[in-house]
Formats: sequence, structure tokens, C-alpha cells
Amino acid sequence: MDLHDLPKPQDLMNINLNKPPETGWMDNPAVFRDGTYSYPAAGKNLKRLGMPNPREWAPTDQDWKLPDNWQEIILKGMKERLEKYRSFRLFMDICVRCGACADKCHFFIGSGDPKNMPVLRAELIRSVYRNDFTLLGKMLGRFGGGRELTIDVLKEWFYYFFQCTECRRCSVFCPYGIDTAEVTMIGRELLNLVGLNINWVMEPVANCYRFGNHLGIPPHGLIDMWEFMADDIEDITGIKVNLPINKKGAEILFVTPSGDYFADPGTYTCMGYMMLFHELGLDYTWSTYASEGGNFGLFTSHEMIKRLNAKIYAEAKRLGVKWILGGECGHMWRVVHQYMETMNGPADFLEEPVSPITGTKFENAKQTKMVHITEFTSDLIKNGKLKLDPSRNDKVIATYHDSCNPARAAGLLEEPRYVIKNVVNNFYEMPENTIREQTFCCGGGAGLGNDENIEMRMRGAFPRASALNHVVAKHDVNRLLCMCAIDRATLTALTHYWAPDVMVGGIHELVANALIMNGEKDRTVDLRGEPLGDEEEDE
Amino acid sequence: MLVDFILENKRTIIKNWTDLTFDTYPPEGGSFMRKQKDPFANPVGAAIVNGAEALFDWVVGGSKDYSPDLIRRLDDIVRIRAVQQFSASDSLSFLFLLKRSLRESIPENMMNDRHLFSELLKLESRIDSLALTSFDIYMKCREKLFEMRAMEIRNRTSRILERACMKYGAPHDW
Repeated sequence: MDLHDLPKPQDLMNINLNKPPETGWMDNPAVFRDGTYSYPAAGKNLKRLGMPNPREWAPTDQDWKLPDNWQEIILKGMKERLEKYRSFRLFMDICVRCGACADKCHFFIGSGDPKNMPVLRAELIRSVYRNDFTLLGKMLGRFGGGRELTIDVLKEWFYYFFQCTECRRCSVFCPYGIDTAEVTMIGRELLNLVGLNINWVMEPVANCYRFGNHLGIPPHGLIDMWEFMADDIEDITGIKVNLPINKKGAEILFVTPSGDYFADPGTYTCMGYMMLFHELGLDYTWSTYASEGGNFGLFTSHEMIKRLNAKIYAEAKRLGVKWILGGECGHMWRVVHQYMETMNGPADFLEEPVSPITGTKFENAKQTKMVHITEFTSDLIKNGKLKLDPSRNDKVIATYHDSCNPARAAGLLEEPRYVIKNVVNNFYEMPENTIREQTFCCGGGAGLGNDENIEMRMRGAFPRASALNHVVAKHDVNRLLCMCAIDRATLTALTHYWAPDVMVGGIHELVANALIMNGEKDRTVDLRGEPLGDEEEDE
Repeated sequence: MLVDFILENKRTIIKNWTDLTFDTYPPEGGSFMRKQKDPFANPVGAAIVNGAEALFDWVVGGSKDYSPDLIRRLDDIVRIRAVQQFSASDSLSFLFLLKRSLRESIPENMMNDRHLFSELLKLESRIDSLALTSFDIYMKCREKLFEMRAMEIRNRTSRILERACMKYGAPHDW
């Protein structure tokens, strides 16, 4: 018997090995596979916001119910933005396709899909730019890398611009400093002009616009939740914490993402803030109006960032506070750090932030008047203002995930590590090329952390998970720390699938576990209600 | 002995097998997975390369047991491919590509030897048993995804519901 005559296994099973398509990338339309795209925005949400083309539709439909002149709208929108944002025009012009960014995107690494290479993702829009806005492109068309804006191109934009988490890892490696996240942001702005957006972004935006927070919880609901947490704290510590809400004349307004009010494990971090502020006797206030630090406007349009962010300064003014303190949040920090003052400032009614406990001036926040909680807490620790017993966290073997926005966009690298090392005895870093500026995204930022997109999220999450599993195998790490509310939700799914023995949590949860509070009862459980280490029980 | 021949050519057979597996990805993706050697910069490539060697050793080695390490290596690859742009059969096709790599490595003069042929059949059956095991792993991965979807929807508002139930006297334990 001649073995070479045997049918090959893949012939027998008629397996399609996904052989490379014969056509070039310009001619491969996007395939909308369940689990890899987000559901479109409900019409009611667009109506609330006065945004174009509210309707019910699905990406898998042939007809996306676009306005007849959608091409004209998009090209006009592109022209406006090319004139308004010099960065956008520059990013369209200067890429030499060197490929330095190509293999840096977590979605590309996890999927192998070339259109997830940042250079090609940007090329989706750049090809249209060349075709319609450059002389060379107008003359040479396809030979000059130009491409007409057809319905398939638009659908491809929708698929791939909602497959970028705007984490900016690629931009770290670009020798020209092209920020692909900004290309994605403009891409999404353009899509929004014809009513192409996803519900996981637009519903929080619409809720935020109406109620001040993503879930649309009215003021009395918020107060109820905060009191609920205060009750839990009392059970654990025996202390009834001070809970100032909408307090006029307070020194500090505290703003944090609402994700931490309602969903574990964020709630434990939120309880951590309350305990810390109580112990310090801080003159601060929560607000039922500026009840959301997150800003999904960042994933929609520049105009929407501004609309949603405005409430923070407005509330600071109304309450007459001196400065603002922000909780553990990711993209909120990018908005605050990079856009808030330009968009909604100047905040000349506020003072340059000074810690009332240590007297430290936060000169870095001179302009925005808003300080990040890890800056605040690390300063407290540095000045010896907190009594801490890190052994209360001895069951925790921690590693730290640099959340993209605070780390890469805002340079908060040392502060969180300083706090963690002071409240935990067991801390191990993940490999160097997966942390700090090079941190890998959780795979669910920029509005992609919805359940219907779970398969794509897991692809994007894999590079982070692989680094995590390395420290799990080497050091038995069992806690993945982060300082972003989106992370706390999305990393929970990541660990569930890729590293089931690891729990996710925030930094201030561990701060509060370690914090020795004045008048506290003998603590037997941590903030999660789980017994503290054996050493504690013996004491 | 066919096994001796195969062991002598282990490197080539594994290399061809992993190359065939990388070819199941789009060309740019496959080429990246093949070339980048840093396991943290290229975790998919690392899982495939490391897994391939362990799986090859088991197929050729003759042990009947699945060691925890073997299952982990298989899991490493299947778990990745279970969330990539593959159908179920495409996901698990990589195991059958080992058959192709083995067959292509055997020179023609050895083909007609009945004794060696039966040895090859044995090896192929062992690959089949790995394929069945990988099907179980694949299903667990997919079930996990749907469980996660349900869990996320529930957790999103778990505290609000808990609070509301407590307030109005409804049972609130999940």
C-alpha cells in the first residue's frame, strides 16, 4: 500500500484551514462572527443625546439603514477633522509603514488577524484619506494606496474601530509618535455621524447625560448604596464611617467611577476609600451629581467627552470645594489629565491642591486641580500618616496590572507600586515587556467590555493572561491588582477563562485591609468577608 | 522500527507540524507567530511550539496515561484556538496536521513495509485519542465563555439587587 496515496486528514474532514485569502486586504470585507462584535446602540439612547440616525439595526443585517448621503457626510466630517486636528492630518501623512507597531497590539497578538495590526487599522481610514484628500491618491487611485469609501469599507471601519481598545501600546513603539488610539477616536467620531455606534458605549453615555452615572442610578439610589457599604464596613471594623454627601463647603470633592458602587470586586475598593477618608478625618464629600468619574464620551467623540466631563467642575463650583480627588479609574484619568482643563477649564475657582494631612502641594495638578488617589495615598504613606499592618493581607500574593490610561497616558507608574508594597508583603512583578509603559490591555477597554464581545475580549486578553500565568506558576500569585474600574470588571473575566485561581481587586481594598483604624474592633475578616490569615486569628 | 526513525527526525517533524499549524492563521499573523521568540511578546506562538513538543513526545512515547502536564499543554493550545476565528473543526485541526507531518517525513522505501505501516497506524490512533480529549477541552472552554457572559450580566448589578431584595424582604442569596 502506498502511503502517499492516502487522502490527507484535512481532505477527509473537508477542513477549511483558513488559507490566506487570494485577494489583498483592501478587498476582504469584514466577517461579523458572533462573539467578536458589539451590539449597536439602541435608538432610544441616540435620541436622548440628539445624535444622528437613531434606529434599530444589527451589524449582521445586509442593510444598515444609513442615510442616503452617508458617503458625503463621512467625507465632509473627515475634511472638518483634518482641518481641526493637526494631529489627525499628521498621522494620516507621516506613517512610513515601518512595521514597528505591527506586532504590538494585543488583539493582533491574540488573533493573528492582520487588520488588528495598528498600521493596517489606521490604513483602513488612511486609504480613504489618500483617495479623497491627496493629489497623489486622486491621480493614482489604488496604485497610490487609495481606496474608495464603499459600504464594505464603512462596515470594515465599524468592525475594526470597535476592536481597538485605545490602549496606545502601539504608539509607544512608533518612531514618529503616531497615536493609533487617536486615529480610532476620529474613526469612531466619523462613524457616529451616520449613526454607527455600540450600545455598551452609548447607553452609559445616555445615562450619564441624564443621571450623572453610567447605570442611570438616581441620587437616592446612590445614597442607599453608599450607606449599604458603610453598614458592611461597620460589621467588619465596628466603626460607623463618616459619609458626607453633597456637603457644601467641604474641602475636597471625591469623584470615582460608578462601576465601583455596584459590582464586586470594585465595591471593596470603594469601601476602602470610605475607611481611609474616615480614618484621616478628611473634610470631603461624595456627590450624587458628579457621581461618575468614567467618561464614555472618550469612546464617542471629543464633543461628548466635554459634555459629560463638565459636571465635575460644575459640581465643584456648586459645592464650593477647594480641589478634587479622583478614585482608582483608568480612562477617567486620561480625560482628567489630558482634556478636562482645555475643554471645561479654566478651573480658576479652585485652589492648587494641597493635602490637608501632610501639607504636600500637588504641583502636577496645578492646572486641573484634580489629584489621583494613589498620589494622595502614597504621599500619606511616605509621610508616615497611616498605621498599616500589611500582614493582614498575607493571604494575598499580588501582582500589578498597569491600567493603560493611568500608566501609559498619564505616567502613574511608581505611586501605585509604592502603595501596594506598603500594604502587602508578597508582591511580584510580571515580565518587564508586559508592564509599565508596555503594559498589555485587559482586552475590554474603550467600551468593548460587553458580554456579547466575549470571544474577541478573550483574544485580546491573552497576552496579559500569559504574563500573569508566568507569575502564577513562579510565585503562586493569587491576586491581580489594578486601578481601573473597567479592569476590575474585565480582568475578572480574563482570570476566569485564562487563570482561574487568581482574584482581581483594587489597591485601596488592600490599603483598607491593612489600615489600623482608631477604635476598630478585633478584625477577623477582610473586606470581602473572608477570614484573615492564621496569624491574625491567633492574636 | 518506525519510532526510531521518527525520533531521529523529531526536530523536522515538529517544525513542519508547527509550521502547518501557523499556516492556519492569516499569513501576517502566522509569520509573526513563527518568528517572534519572546514568549510574552508572542504567547500564541509559544504555546503552540511548547505544546507541540510535549504532545509529540506523548504520541511517540507509548505511555497510556495522560499526565497533568500533557493535559495542560493540550489545554494551552485548545483554549487559545477556542476563542480565535475558527470553526470547531478548524480549531482542533492542528492535531491532525501532525499526521500529515509524520507521513510526509517517511521516505518512500519505508512506506511499503507492512510492519512499519502498522506502527504508523498505532501512532495515528494515539493522535486520534488526543483529538477526542481536545474535543472535551474545547467544549469546556466554550461552555465557560457562555457561563462568563451570564455571570457578567448578573454581577453588573448584583449589589443593587441584593440591596433591593433586603429592603423589600425578598430572599437575596444567589
